[in-house]
Amino acid sequence: MEIISSKKVYDVIIVGSGAGGGMATKVLSEAGLKVAVVEAGDYFDPANPEQQTQLKWPYESPRRGSNIHRAFGDFDALYGGWNIEGEPYTNVEGTEFDWFRARMLGGRTNHWGRISLRFGPLDFKSKSRDGIGEDWPIGYDDVKPYYDKVDKLIGVFGSKEGIYNEPDGFFLPAPKPRLHELYYKKGAEMAGVKVMPSRLSIVTKRINDERGVCFYCNQCNRSCQVYADFSAGSCLIFPAQKNGGQIDLYTGAMVREVMTDGNGRATGVSYIDKASGKDYELKGKVVVLAASACSSARILLNSKSAVHPEGLGNSSGLIGKYLHDSTGADRMGFVPALMDREIYNEDGVGGMHIYSPWWLDNKNLDFARGYHIEVWGGLGMPSYGFGFNPNDLNRFFGERVGGYGDHLRKDIRKYYGSMVGMSGRGESIARKENYCEIDPEKVDKWGIPVLRFHYTWSDEERKQARHMHDTFEEIIVNMGGIPLGDKPDKESNYGLHKPGRIIHEVGTTRMGSDPKQSVVNEFERLHDVDNVFVVDAGPFVSQADKNPTWTILALSWRTSDFIVDQFKQQNF
Amino acid sequence: MNRRESLKYLAAGSIASGLLLSGCDWSNPEEVEKSLWKYKYGRTADEAAHDNSILAQRFFTTAELVLITKLAHLILPPNEIGDIEKAEVPELIEFMAKDYTPFQEPLRSGLTALNKRASSAFGSDFLSLKETNQHELLEPIAYPNEVTEELKEQASFFNLMRNLTLTGYYTSEVGIKDLGYQGNQPNVWNGVPDHVLQKHGMSYDESWMPHFLDISRRNDKAEWDENGNLLT
Repeated sequence: MEIISSKKVYDVIIVGSGAGGGMATKVLSEAGLKVAVVEAGDYFDPANPEQQTQLKWPYESPRRGSNIHRAFGDFDALYGGWNIEGEPYTNVEGTEFDWFRARMLGGRTNHWGRISLRFGPLDFKSKSRDGIGEDWPIGYDDVKPYYDKVDKLIGVFGSKEGIYNEPDGFFLPAPKPRLHELYYKKGAEMAGVKVMPSRLSIVTKRINDERGVCFYCNQCNRSCQVYADFSAGSCLIFPAQKNGGQIDLYTGAMVREVMTDGNGRATGVSYIDKASGKDYELKGKVVVLAASACSSARILLNSKSAVHPEGLGNSSGLIGKYLHDSTGADRMGFVPALMDREIYNEDGVGGMHIYSPWWLDNKNLDFARGYHIEVWGGLGMPSYGFGFNPNDLNRFFGERVGGYGDHLRKDIRKYYGSMVGMSGRGESIARKENYCEIDPEKVDKWGIPVLRFHYTWSDEERKQARHMHDTFEEIIVNMGGIPLGDKPDKESNYGLHKPGRIIHEVGTTRMGSDPKQSVVNEFERLHDVDNVFVVDAGPFVSQADKNPTWTILALSWRTSDFIVDQFKQQNF
Repeated sequence: MNRRESLKYLAAGSIASGLLLSGCDWSNPEEVEKSLWKYKYGRTADEAAHDNSILAQRFFTTAELVLITKLAHLILPPNEIGDIEKAEVPELIEFMAKDYTPFQEPLRSGLTALNKRASSAFGSDFLSLKETNQHELLEPIAYPNEVTEELKEQASFFNLMRNLTLTGYYTSEVGIKDLGYQGNQPNVWNGVPDHVLQKHGMSYDESWMPHFLDISRRNDKAEWDENGNLLT
């Protein structure tokens, strides 16, 4: 195999350009370090008219935006998905895990829900609270200064609530609730469920001169052309480039492994240029992995050498272990009071304007950890699927279902905007038995060994999902609504989505102070190798019922500060 | 793939059959290009190549497409705002049958079965029938909860036709206008209109008001005190 090697030696090579990689790129380059960013996917800029999907109409796609090709439909910004041609993965028989991967600059941050929640003090110390799982070696006070900085740099709207485990931040003003959200609020509060403004990283008020202000198209999943939502490309990497950072961007570059010297220290990375199929090597003093929890684990496990026979940094044997995704269950209700609504522009921001944080104490419940509730509904833009089974709801009024002719117009108009949905997103328990490892039998199209997953839910997650559905039904009924579909039972895991479907997978390079019980230390540095760091969600000891992004960003910034400091002390 | 390559690609394929429905004059290069590049929504090169290869193939025969068009008209008759042809519903159904191949068999066999029923009931194919006779054939398959056992398959075909027709209409320019959807344009959200709130007996909590955006100050750069209180 011919390997093309660069002469240049970077201070830092960053693998991946999502939340973790984007933040590391910004902080490290602005400190004057020479940085290479190696991204497996294509270059992407939502301001590029050729790549924009924002403000397009459904008829601008020949399949009207259906999700036959892109996992979330043609207009979703994300390149990648659960299945990528030539990049397979496998599951141990009897277990299942669906692995979502982005293949683009900025990664998943281009299409995510922008739900930007801080972990609270309890979330870092779960074991001390309930004896299950493990505590993080750091606590909220260690991360708080970085959460504060992330809020101010990137922008997040919300409201100061003074709830102990839902820490307040530096918020931009929140948008007012939509009509169905007011119905939700009423129904939820009757059920004793706390409701408050959402916390989303969308710029409702100007935050700097480089980024625009939200113009309320509801399409953050399409990535904003005026950069009014947080994506790692538009808010971290592009500004870092404009600030004069020494950043070499390698796109379409699939990292094979981290290279090491005879002492087992990292010397750089090897990658395959996807366009030419050729192998390259980049040299660097420090390697920062931010390829996503499972991809970074895969790279480390594939980086075998005499010094690291089980993979780089894997003396504990724990790389890949403790993989966990958020739990998820959803329910939809029909609210007759919302029939025949007056139509006005209700797009709002991308995502819900209000939500419910976890509001109970698990001491009084038969499961260990909590969940939050997201709300959806409203007068949205039609896309493929709109108009399917147009008058099924007629059955609630003793009227005929189906038919043809002009009355279908009236039916569609009547039920438009009368549905309200809820999604529970909760904390699962990190367990050693849930893991990814290298499949000894299979390689991808470049010959790189692929991951094999072993993942099952436990009763903790199942009981939590059951509780979600009890809550959803109560709220829907309180809203004067009718829950649609059947309430899922034990056989269907109480409606719990398959592992991996919520796309919050974390935990594969667990953080800890004991090198036998963890992979990285509190600064996300491999215990075994002093010049390799992991700044994606791999180091998460537990993931709370909060979406991981804000914590990835805060920890990546904290780790990057540490790396800069080490450079200043001439340790690299 | 750039335009020139894409055109070349199409020229090599079975151009004329694929986009027949759009009524495109294939001898006029400008029109070909316009038709081909109608679909622009931020696709990757691979996606554009896939779409173009689908557009360059043809699945339904002309007779089948005429029948699909007629059925779609019966499902949703025209009004003053739009009709299923302006909404390009037949084009969508042709495209979907190739893009999502599990649609092919039920659609094709459903059309054939419908013509068979027309023939055995009235001695003619469906299209040649008077509209009242066409209605007689649709009535027993149009209401999914009232279908006899032997017509189950026809009913599920009709259900698929109805779904594709309605989704095609309401995702088109005329259909979106017909529905009255007001969004997908830059604007400022300042809450539910007062009279709508009143009608629903809703209001915004006074205690929540300080959290909300003052839209007149959204361009003032955000500044906070050290406790996170917004100052601007």
